[in-house]
Amino acid sequence: MHPAIPYLTAAVLFGLGVYGVLTRRNAVLLLMAIELLLNAVNLVLVTADATVRAALPDSGQVFALFVIVLAAAEVGVGLALILALYRRRSSIAVDEIPLNEAENEDRSEEVNA
Amino acid sequence: MTSADILLLALGAVAIGAAFRVVRTSHLVRAGLWLVVTLGAVAGVYLVLAAELVAWVQVLLYVGAVVVLLLFAVMLTRAPIGASADLDRPGWAGALVGGGAALGLGALFVDGYRWQKVGLPAPGTAEALGAQLFQHWVLPFEVLSVLLLAALVGAIVVSRPET
Amino acid sequence: MNGVLAGALPAVPLLVALVGLLLPLRARRTAAALGIAGAAAALADAVALAARVKSPTTGGWRLVDFGGGLVVHVSYLLTPAAAVVAVAVGTVALAVQVYSVSYLHDDGRYPPYAAQVSLFTAAMLLVVVSGDLILLLVGWEVMGICSYLLIGHDRTLPEAPAAAVKAFVVTRLGDVGFLLGIALLALAGHSFDVATAGARPATIPALLLLAGVAGKSAQFPLHTWLPDAMAGPTPISALIHAATMVAAGVYVVARLYGVFTPVALAVLGVIAAVTMLLGALAATAQLDIKRVLAWSTVSQVAYMAGGLAVGVPAAALFHLLTHAAFKALLFLAAGAVIHAVGSNLMTRMGGLRAAMPVTFWSMTIGLGALAGLPPLSGFFSKDQILAGAWDAVRHAGPAPRWVAVVVLLAGLATVAVTGWYATRLWLRVFFGPLLGAAHDPPALMGWPIILLAVPSALLGLVVQFAGTFPGLDWLSIGALLLAVAGGAGAWRLWRRGADAVPAVLANAFYLDDVQDALVVRPTLALASAVRRADESLVDGAVEGTGGGALGLGALVARWHRAALPRAATAVLGGALLIGIAAIVLVGLR
Repeated sequence: MHPAIPYLTAAVLFGLGVYGVLTRRNAVLLLMAIELLLNAVNLVLVTADATVRAALPDSGQVFALFVIVLAAAEVGVGLALILALYRRRSSIAVDEIPLNEAENEDRSEEVNA
Repeated sequence: MTSADILLLALGAVAIGAAFRVVRTSHLVRAGLWLVVTLGAVAGVYLVLAAELVAWVQVLLYVGAVVVLLLFAVMLTRAPIGASADLDRPGWAGALVGGGAALGLGALFVDGYRWQKVGLPAPGTAEALGAQLFQHWVLPFEVLSVLLLAALVGAIVVSRPET
Repeated sequence: MNGVLAGALPAVPLLVALVGLLLPLRARRTAAALGIAGAAAALADAVALAARVKSPTTGGWRLVDFGGGLVVHVSYLLTPAAAVVAVAVGTVALAVQVYSVSYLHDDGRYPPYAAQVSLFTAAMLLVVVSGDLILLLVGWEVMGICSYLLIGHDRTLPEAPAAAVKAFVVTRLGDVGFLLGIALLALAGHSFDVATAGARPATIPALLLLAGVAGKSAQFPLHTWLPDAMAGPTPISALIHAATMVAAGVYVVARLYGVFTPVALAVLGVIAAVTMLLGALAATAQLDIKRVLAWSTVSQVAYMAGGLAVGVPAAALFHLLTHAAFKALLFLAAGAVIHAVGSNLMTRMGGLRAAMPVTFWSMTIGLGALAGLPPLSGFFSKDQILAGAWDAVRHAGPAPRWVAVVVLLAGLATVAVTGWYATRLWLRVFFGPLLGAAHDPPALMGWPIILLAVPSALLGLVVQFAGTFPGLDWLSIGALLLAVAGGAGAWRLWRRGADAVPAVLANAFYLDDVQDALVVRPTLALASAVRRADESLVDGAVEGTGGGALGLGALVARWHRAALPRAATAVLGGALLIGIAAIVLVGLR
């Protein structure tokens, strides 16, 4: 097989993931785009495992497994954070997140008012 | 063009198309569903590349757990059922950086591999992977379990209601 | 001994002034006593010098050395003429100090006034006896400052500050030329000594000196400040603007007479002729008694300048002395009239002959001297000048012959006009219906007037007996007739009750307005433009850097305070760039 095909697929997936991270306002959609990124990386790892003869055989696939586990953990914690944010502000738009104390008070006043 | 190539091309196209829908659709729930398609297509690619365990783990964990979690979150944050208008920020910056990243990576790979042909490896069965995992990768494996524990505890603590 | 006397002459009034400036405003008696004592001491000193000095004597010590032979000495140059002028200065100063005690009895700031008068006396005496050009300049400038301070003495008068500034600025303009002239003289002669500098003729320095003379002595075109300076108290007008400061320019020319080439003397003669007629004609149309006397001063100082131009500096100095006496007398008497009537305007005066006899007779003597009626002093001094001009017409003096002709003709015409305005003043103030109650001034004001009437009347006769008067001839008789004719004309007009004052003359040919338009307004516009440029450009640049820094900071702060998505974009974009750079660089290698 020609490894260029899955590699290119991975590159395009990565680009789409980056676009999604930078464009989406909803935090959950942002997490979905991050999943795309992680999948692109996984694809590269698995293709590399098929293409290259590494010192430790199947190490690419092992890495891919690790990445999947990490992604799951990350989504769990991330969603917990999103829920906490939603509870405090009733909105999970990432560009409305206050960056310091002053903005926090301004915005929580707006929300509670 | 072997049959593997054709399959790779088809699945790649599906993955890319679905990923495009994920990042462009204005329906929140549909984004989650398109993500399922993408993840499924990638799992298919893994199968073609003879990474069987990884493919099924992908389906189990990603499609089964992660996407379900995401959909739960979508529902818990009262996402509107229909299309939302203000879902995206101006896209030119993202398109620039994303396009640049894709092009850059693509150029790197194409420069590295051109149109080489590689033979398919031996299938990565659970037996083969397990042997590798528990011989050479035990320590990272254990650390990962600790990490999972930490993530679990962290998620519970963070999402506790304030009393 | 001469040295001590010469040194004490300016030093004593200076000390008195410095002490007087430290007195509190309540110490009127002390201030008065100090002022009078200082003036009296200066007068006694001057009299002693006049008795002792028979030929030019010098002396002094070195003050500072600028190198190249330019050494500034604190030195004196005593001549008989200098001593006599010093006596005149001392007399008028003493009379003014005594007079001021009564005239300013209700003024709240009398002590600084008296101290400033003493300071002025010191400066004038310094100019009189100085043997060093720099010292002369110092005295010259201090006189200017004292004039400014004293004109603006009455702070409640709205026109006083403007008049003081005008006097100072116009004379300052002339003083620039004066300074340059002195500098050129000193550089050419490698010495600041008056005697040596005054011996070498040089046109450019002479013309520059004439600028200063025109300013200080109120000659055309720098004469505009003198009528406005009448906003100051009347004793000041008597001291500074009649007897001493305005005569200082004439004195300096006489002192440095050797510098003046025929060209310079021609310029001086033309200026004198123009000013003579200008001042006299303007005096015929004034309604304020002090302004009549001010314009009269302008005209009479021009007489002195004319005398210098035609080559009779001795006659000019003689006229300086008689003018000091009768003009100071006239001003002090006018002060008494103003004090009695309560106004400067001649329209409020009339019929004061019976009510103020002493004032009437002294003023008559003063006006007679002014008009040049024998045997009063003015007759003799004016005739000396006219005779000198006639001599220069016949036998060419130091200036070209045409200058002497011009001066003679202008002088004769001015005699007639002088008679006119003197008679006009006399009739309007003392004759006609009495408009209100009036009385002679109190003793402290009256005695100086009487005492000044004596030299006004007799100084000429003294000189006559000393044998320097050429005697009655057709010129003097002709001048007398002209004066009488002028007086008769004024009398006829007064009899008819007509008092049309042509606006042209009343505004002195609008020269003041010309000066205002040509000099004052452009300068003020330039000054305000400079100020605006300073505020907007210079200050604006400085403040702009501050504002610009703040703006730039705010801009950077806004970008710094990016929300999450923008920050993420920045990070990923940066990573992309780094990656591309790495690929390109590694690939190139």
